[in-house]
Amino acid sequence: MRNAITSSLSWVYLIAIYAFIFLPVAVLVLFSFQDGRLPVPPFNGFSTQWYEAVFADRKLMAALTNSFLVASISSAVACLLGFLAAYALARYKLPGSALQRGLLIAPMTVSYLIIALGLLTVLNTLRVPLSLWTVGIGHVVINLPLCFAIIYASMGDHHINIERAARDLGANDFKVMALVTAPMLMPSILAAFFLSVTFSWDEFIIAFLLSRFDVTLPVEIWSMLRSGLNPKTNAIGSLVFLASIALLLVLEIGFFGRSRKT
Amino acid sequence: MTTATLEQTERRKAWGFVAPALAWTVLFFVVPFIFMTAMSLWSRQGREIVRVWNLDNYVRFFSESALLKGLTNSLEITLMVTVLSVLLAYPLAWIIAERVPKKWQRMALILAILPFWTSYVVRSYSWLLVLSKGGVINNALMGIGLISEPLEIASNRIATVIGFVHFFVMLLTLTIYSNLIQLSPNYRRAAADLGANAFQTFWHVVLPLTLPGIMTGAFLTFVLCIGDYITPQILGGNNELVLPQIIMLQIGRRADFPMAAALSIILMLAVTLAYIACARWLKIERA
Repeated sequence: MRNAITSSLSWVYLIAIYAFIFLPVAVLVLFSFQDGRLPVPPFNGFSTQWYEAVFADRKLMAALTNSFLVASISSAVACLLGFLAAYALARYKLPGSALQRGLLIAPMTVSYLIIALGLLTVLNTLRVPLSLWTVGIGHVVINLPLCFAIIYASMGDHHINIERAARDLGANDFKVMALVTAPMLMPSILAAFFLSVTFSWDEFIIAFLLSRFDVTLPVEIWSMLRSGLNPKTNAIGSLVFLASIALLLVLEIGFFGRSRKT
Repeated sequence: MTTATLEQTERRKAWGFVAPALAWTVLFFVVPFIFMTAMSLWSRQGREIVRVWNLDNYVRFFSESALLKGLTNSLEITLMVTVLSVLLAYPLAWIIAERVPKKWQRMALILAILPFWTSYVVRSYSWLLVLSKGGVINNALMGIGLISEPLEIASNRIATVIGFVHFFVMLLTLTIYSNLIQLSPNYRRAAADLGANAFQTFWHVVLPLTLPGIMTGAFLTFVLCIGDYITPQILGGNNELVLPQIIMLQIGRRADFPMAAALSIILMLAVTLAYIACARWLKIERA
């Protein structure tokens, strides 16, 4: 009897909290199909005009491309630097390695706003013009700790013997790293890469403070919002959501699904 | 080659591998941070930044009530959000770990964090569609006749807190869940054998063992919440500004970089104090 009560309470709670979690997303998608100028209730009818407007918007499409470039390049750099550092700190005895690890993780505990402001003051003083490159530099700063931590955690000791065997068979350091270590750690390297892509893709404050003419998608959406509520923002939001789910499904089926079987 | 020189070349190689990451962190994180700290001790006069060292910005912070209020607003909102998020996320994580069948748990988790993958800016703004006077909630409540006047739940602190809690429930569910499933059922069985009822088992065994997960999530919530600009700016209205909003005002409207730097250092100190407060349970360094 008691069990039945807690069990049904559990399900009520589960449904309530999922409703809370999905409420804004459901509203977002619903009103992206709003037939009319304003994305507010009541729902006037179904229309895809705002999706057409999104694809016709040159600035939005340019921002989309910029976001894609910054996210993929900065994540690749963060992954590469994180991998090399993790390899060195896991495989060699270096003086002050605990300190080095701490230093590499440190940006994780600092607010993005502070990281952005620090970079901005230096760039201003050195009179470096703001661009997508400066945004990318900032994004590597925030994603490097993440990539390092994920890859370092997966550098198990059991890999050492395989690397040693490769070396005995005549592979040089570069070959061992590229052909043996990296493939063995590929699941965590990819996890680190895609996680930092999603962080960079969605990051606002660094992109806002460190860019000027070429902006990323969150910054462009921000400036759209300042000119008033607009179903176009719902449409672009829904599209981003759809793309992320597609990416997630691909990863889940093609990648995590496979690794679970082995 | 002797072993000593061999060791030396090995070590030099290792330094070569770790150097790029260290250089990046020092060049683009440590140096800017030190520079910003120095700048917080300068001041702005007219349009020029005067490089005279003093504590004027900090003195001004504690004497100007509008600035000090920013810090207290930030702290109040962040604490409220952290506590609410833990209280909401813990049962969810527990239900997923204990009540949902094993093969559906992964699905339940993915569903719980799915909205995480919408754009953060868009998600904050879509709460406006839900909460505003003509929004979904007010429309629904008025439609069923529960209220006759729309509720004031947008453009104020309530809206900011709802927006934040929405985001952090997803995050905390993950950290607490991963802690819960690592618990061996033996602990609970042992507690039951020793005569503990369900509540006692939870309070004295399960909860203490999941504290590291709670604390890691709570600390992350604190850091991300107190430093966030978007949610309070979109949902909070402009009646009570939080610290990041004031920092952005100093940069955007007044170009007062020294003051913005000083406010950032104060923000940083708040985070450091939070870190010290929960360092006992945090596993971040051991990652």
